[in-house]
Amino acid sequence: MSDRNYSILIVGVGGQGVLLASELISAVAMEDGYDVKKSEVHGMSQRGGVVSSHVRIGKKVYSPTIEYGQADVVLAFEQAEGLRAIDWLKKDGVAIVSRTQLVPAIVTASKQFSYPDDPVGMMKARTDRVIAAEADKIAGELGNPRLVNTILLGALSHYLPFDEAQWLQAIKALVKPKFVDVNLTAFARGRELKLDAATV
Amino acid sequence: MKELMSGNEAVARGALEAGVRMAVGYPGTPSTEILETVAARYPTVYCQWSPNEKVAFEVGIGASIGGGRTLVTMKHVGLNVAADPFMTFAYTGVNAGLVFISADDPAMHSSQNEQDNRFFARFAQVPFLTPSDSAECRSMLLDGYELSEKFDTPVMLHMTTRISHSKGIVETQEPSEGPDLKFVKDPSKYVMIPSHARERHLVVEDRLARLKELAETSPLNVVENNGSRIGIITGGVSYQYSKEVAPDFDYFKIGLGYPLPMKKIADFVSKHDRVIVVEELEPFWEDMIKAEGIKVEGKKYLGVQGEFSPRRVAMALSEAGVLEREVPEASSVDLFPRPPVLCPGCPHRGAFMALRKLKVAVTGDIGCYTLGVLQPLNALDTCICMGASIGNAIGMEKVKGSERGTVAVIGDSTFFHSGITGLVDAVYNQSNVTVVILDNRATAMTGGQQHPSTGKTLMGHDAGVIDIETLCRALGIKNFRRLDAYDYDAALETIKEEIDKPGPSVILTTRPCVLMPKRIMEEPYVVDLDLCNGCSACFRISCPAIAAAEQTNKHGHPLAVIDETLCTGCTLCSQICPEEAIVLKSQFVKA
Repeated sequence: MSDRNYSILIVGVGGQGVLLASELISAVAMEDGYDVKKSEVHGMSQRGGVVSSHVRIGKKVYSPTIEYGQADVVLAFEQAEGLRAIDWLKKDGVAIVSRTQLVPAIVTASKQFSYPDDPVGMMKARTDRVIAAEADKIAGELGNPRLVNTILLGALSHYLPFDEAQWLQAIKALVKPKFVDVNLTAFARGRELKLDAATV
Repeated sequence: MKELMSGNEAVARGALEAGVRMAVGYPGTPSTEILETVAARYPTVYCQWSPNEKVAFEVGIGASIGGGRTLVTMKHVGLNVAADPFMTFAYTGVNAGLVFISADDPAMHSSQNEQDNRFFARFAQVPFLTPSDSAECRSMLLDGYELSEKFDTPVMLHMTTRISHSKGIVETQEPSEGPDLKFVKDPSKYVMIPSHARERHLVVEDRLARLKELAETSPLNVVENNGSRIGIITGGVSYQYSKEVAPDFDYFKIGLGYPLPMKKIADFVSKHDRVIVVEELEPFWEDMIKAEGIKVEGKKYLGVQGEFSPRRVAMALSEAGVLEREVPEASSVDLFPRPPVLCPGCPHRGAFMALRKLKVAVTGDIGCYTLGVLQPLNALDTCICMGASIGNAIGMEKVKGSERGTVAVIGDSTFFHSGITGLVDAVYNQSNVTVVILDNRATAMTGGQQHPSTGKTLMGHDAGVIDIETLCRALGIKNFRRLDAYDYDAALETIKEEIDKPGPSVILTTRPCVLMPKRIMEEPYVVDLDLCNGCSACFRISCPAIAAAEQTNKHGHPLAVIDETLCTGCTLCSQICPEEAIVLKSQFVKA
């Protein structure tokens, strides 16, 4: 068992499956004998607002939320949300971001706000450790937009102290039987994602 | 067995293990999942939603006096509603144990205020327990029943959003039957006429004195000695944040939050150079400790607003000069906000579009429809508490009237919660208000719970059904209309007509919540980009399914596109599009 703690901040927009991802990570860690805490806020966040889930893994975990600036991984289901969360990352942490773009009505309907032109570029300006993936396009190729979740988990898996087999076992245990195979494929596709060559 | 559970799930588990016979409450974030978990996972425990927290508490009191261990759940502001039965139940005490949950919401993730309900325990002179993680939610609920029965008192379990909604590992045990108690007639204890209540007040004072003694030796209050000259007094989730950033200090971890063990605290403080009290919201413990002449610090570094975090505690301890730790600057990323919005196809949208157009004064209430205040709908003028909309409208209309009318909007569950008495007032005092009951047949904001007109109980059984129209007419409402809020012109016309009528009117909207019981997925609509002129009328109805297209008009304003996977086919955008550019997908045939 690893002696250090791991903190993963998962961010996205209500309805994207952020909470499912954090459940799966927690299940893998718990099965491996780690202490696990995770925290998210329900309620209004389900109505298209920002959703964030803090997952903490270690021999002994105190705070259910990550200390600002101490996340090992920021896992973003939406690129502007990835940018919003980027400063939670610690110095040698990794940001994994889906290039999904969800523009809220408040931006479309007003001149006061705008959606940034290149959120991933702005993330890269702050850290050279960014994995940016067209996860929604890959999910589309695999036939189900909901697979963004599993693709991102595949990319995340390199940065947590678990074997591939442990992840696959958790997917088999938690995903409905008829979706298991396509999720395993999505996970494999996610594992192929690496730190962007241009930024390494 | 070990299981990853939220604080709410752990309380539900504790209820099973304690042999609870009655679990009752009203939905309210962050407490809702407690009873939902009881209903879903522990069907041997009787549970129910009551129409509001006051009734829930009264049902709970009856169950306790009747001899069954009882759990009552509510969010913090729910205890305001239940305060009347609670304050006097503190006098009568229990038969079987009663523990109630007050789930506070520091930072107001989903609430209208961030009151600190620990004061309620002190106000009523009853003890409260304060768990710091999911495992303690389970174990302290069990401790709460012991305490309740041993000291003949209701016990509060004080939770916060982070405790309720964070998950941690819980070691569960086998369920128990709980004590076998019967109802025993005892009017001097349970009938609070003045002569009895005077006697009971003496009992309450004596009980509090005995609880103070217990607190000095209770294992719920834990001293952790690490050989530090710095001491931290804390409890709840603040304990976890403090341990995270300053694991080497000495700790006085409070589990029994009221009354405090002042001798033990004085002893702890005397052994340290500096002692900081780390508690969210008000200086509840700090002030009580200082009142004993014990020297501690706290709020001057930590503040009273919002919720804590490891960063906030680290900053405060650094500022106090006891912790050397680099705390990073707050993020400089400056981005658009992403507030929660009404769902695509939400039936509230049509009503708000009409109200905005009519420029009436609109008193609001608590529910999904409170989101109607946000840009670009901008359709609400007040929101105070559950059920307030109707009374607010009456008051507003009585003092000044409103040239264009005064409209109260209230959801169906909120109407049953505490809107009915407001409507009684409107009839009694013949107020010229128009009440729009946004009936979506669910307690939607908290996740779609059942209520008195949905036909199902929390446990999934068939229920008695209260018909809103019959009820309103029985109260004396003569102007009663039904409205399909997907029909924008009808909404405009109906509301306008009812505003113009003298006396109170009720308009009942008829479309169910799009999230339950089943989605009304009809054919989606699409935007014909050859016809769309970028006027942005459809953007202003705040539908998440409508987004800006890459194409722009000659002024550089974006045209609109509809996300077909989100569109429910409610038709509202198509009704207000001046260019008739929004059409059914099947009718959109391109050459």
